[in-house]
Amino acid sequence: MKKLFSKVALSVAVVAMTSGMAAAAAKGISDDVVKIGVLTDMSGVYSTLGGKGTQVGVEMAVKDFGGKVLGKPIKVIGADHQNKADIASAKAREWLDNEQVDMITGLLNSGCALAVQKLAGEKKRITMNTGAASTELTNKACTPYSIHYVYDTYALGKVTGQAVVQNGGKSWYFITADYAFGHSLEENTTKFVKALGGKVLGSVRHPLSTADFSSYLLQAQSSGAQIIGLANAGGDTTNAIKQAREFGIDKKGQTLVGLLIFDTDIKSLGLNVAQGMQFTSGFYWDRDKDTRAFAKRYYAIHKAMPTMDQAGAYSATMNYLKAIKAAGTDDSDAVMAKLKSMDIKDFFAVNGKIRADGRMVHDMYLMEVKKPAESKGEWDLLKIVKTVPAADAFMPLSESACPLVTK
Amino acid sequence: MEISFQTVMSQVMLGLNNGVFYAILSLGLAVIFGLLNIVNFAHGALYMLGAYVALLGFTSIGPLLGMPDFHLNYWAALIVAPLVVGLLGILIEKTMLSRLYKFDHLYGLLLTFGLALIIQGIFTNFFNVSGDPYEAKPEILNGAVNLGFMMFPKYRLWVIVISLLVCLATWYVIERTKLGSYLRAGTENPELVKAFGVNVPLMITLTYGYGVALAAFAGVLAAPIYSVSPVMGAEMIIVVFAVVVIGGMGSIMGSIVTGLLLGMVEGFTKVVYAPASSTVIFLIMVIVLLVKPAGLFGRES
Repeated sequence: MKKLFSKVALSVAVVAMTSGMAAAAAKGISDDVVKIGVLTDMSGVYSTLGGKGTQVGVEMAVKDFGGKVLGKPIKVIGADHQNKADIASAKAREWLDNEQVDMITGLLNSGCALAVQKLAGEKKRITMNTGAASTELTNKACTPYSIHYVYDTYALGKVTGQAVVQNGGKSWYFITADYAFGHSLEENTTKFVKALGGKVLGSVRHPLSTADFSSYLLQAQSSGAQIIGLANAGGDTTNAIKQAREFGIDKKGQTLVGLLIFDTDIKSLGLNVAQGMQFTSGFYWDRDKDTRAFAKRYYAIHKAMPTMDQAGAYSATMNYLKAIKAAGTDDSDAVMAKLKSMDIKDFFAVNGKIRADGRMVHDMYLMEVKKPAESKGEWDLLKIVKTVPAADAFMPLSESACPLVTK
Repeated sequence: MEISFQTVMSQVMLGLNNGVFYAILSLGLAVIFGLLNIVNFAHGALYMLGAYVALLGFTSIGPLLGMPDFHLNYWAALIVAPLVVGLLGILIEKTMLSRLYKFDHLYGLLLTFGLALIIQGIFTNFFNVSGDPYEAKPEILNGAVNLGFMMFPKYRLWVIVISLLVCLATWYVIERTKLGSYLRAGTENPELVKAFGVNVPLMITLTYGYGVALAAFAGVLAAPIYSVSPVMGAEMIIVVFAVVVIGGMGSIMGSIVTGLLLGMVEGFTKVVYAPASSTVIFLIMVIVLLVKPAGLFGRES
């Protein structure tokens, strides 16, 4: 009897040991593949600044990494969320539940981003947001698995808002995209304008993807404000700027300020229309040797220079894969721990660091659109007026409302 | 915010710009309702189709035909789009609508509403819901004119002028010519008109074709101002129906005048209280229906 007992005990121990080993082995790559999903606006107002170009960035990073991590293949899939939060959630749910997607990136449009980030957080899967702007993503809505990589409305509002007010633009009127992003951008910019003694005379809200801005522009014009702040993005911003010219608003002493502008917007406006405009960006392809080298390779594939979203998607993917390699697993908790402890240092982010609230802080740039005479090529559009150090550009961690931040 | 003369005039001018679209679309609806007794719910979808004929004619038709350098320009689109969509309308009338005249209004409404959903669904599937820009606006219509109280883009001025001309010409033909009197008589008493040797079914078919061609014409005019999207018609048609109801179903002049007026009322509302501008037309509709159920220009039957 005693013998039998010890035999049972021994076999239990053996089973326990082997299963323990099996568990350790499973720590490697789940489902034998690392899947990265690019979920973004592939066809709408934001598709030029993100869209397929974001997927190109991700695919380049995977290729540069060698196509494999810890001996297992890396797969990239993409989908169009059409700027609709319900479509974005449904697609993300399908990816997370049935397609074993490990990380979702892109996520332009704050409305879509907030929905997907929440869902992924519940399922302990990582989101690395390169497209959306709302500071909400790293405040109340933050999760242990969410990273906000490129820029946000705080940095945009602060850098551009302060620059404009310091140049004498004291009275503002906002034309704002009527959803999470626009509201957040208007709110953040207002804060910095007022802090420097500027005034906000009013604002008008327009639905996402508006074709006709004429009536909003006329309201802004009759407000008499010196500065018409455009708290929108992509096609909405370029439409508003073009129509402001049609109605001769810029000739009457009022200045339009785009609070979120991408290289592709300037390209579509043309230097003649856009010259002299100042705005904030997280990246410019022509900044230094490394950015130019990347941009050249990117251009060869996508036939356009990378925007900050598209270059950011490359950098986010590359660092995600590095973190998997360093952690020895694609387990979300282990990868997040690595991402938050390592330095983000590449052509995209010079002094990058991912904070507890998921905010990747790095240097931001105040840009100015070149005059047509200064431009030496099709994509020679901007110059960097000022580099704003990471610590000055982003919301201090002490102000973050993210519950993950220990104060 | 103080309300200046300049602000009011600017918004009213923009309102007039929207108003001509209401006018030209509700005119088509009125012509169709007046002569066919069909409430054409497909009108918005056909307006959208007109814009797409212009857009695809400019961007895609050349490469599709193996001639990459061929682009259907704006002026040609103004002729071609109404023709193409008009022919489609004739096909719809011949194969489907003509079977419904003997039934209640409701059947025609259901059929055309179904058609609108199908057309819009197909386009949503293949095209960008948030719209594509139409970039073939002719050079000569670029720039703005100084109206004293505002800078007004030349293109929008052109849209106002040409739309008014088309509306008035349509009114003239129907109300003041022999052809128009045949048309009106045909709806009153088709049997009697047939007895005079007039081909009434053909007349009805062509009328429907003309009504939807007007919608397509408006679609081409709208393309350079608003971007071209599969839902542009659906957004428009609700307001346009309200215009038709306010003006009085079937009244030609009524629909034109009401369209223009309501556009301007909408513009004026934007000055006073902008958020109400999207509902003011419906408010007016409710009041008109309570006070004068046949509409401002309708005849009580």
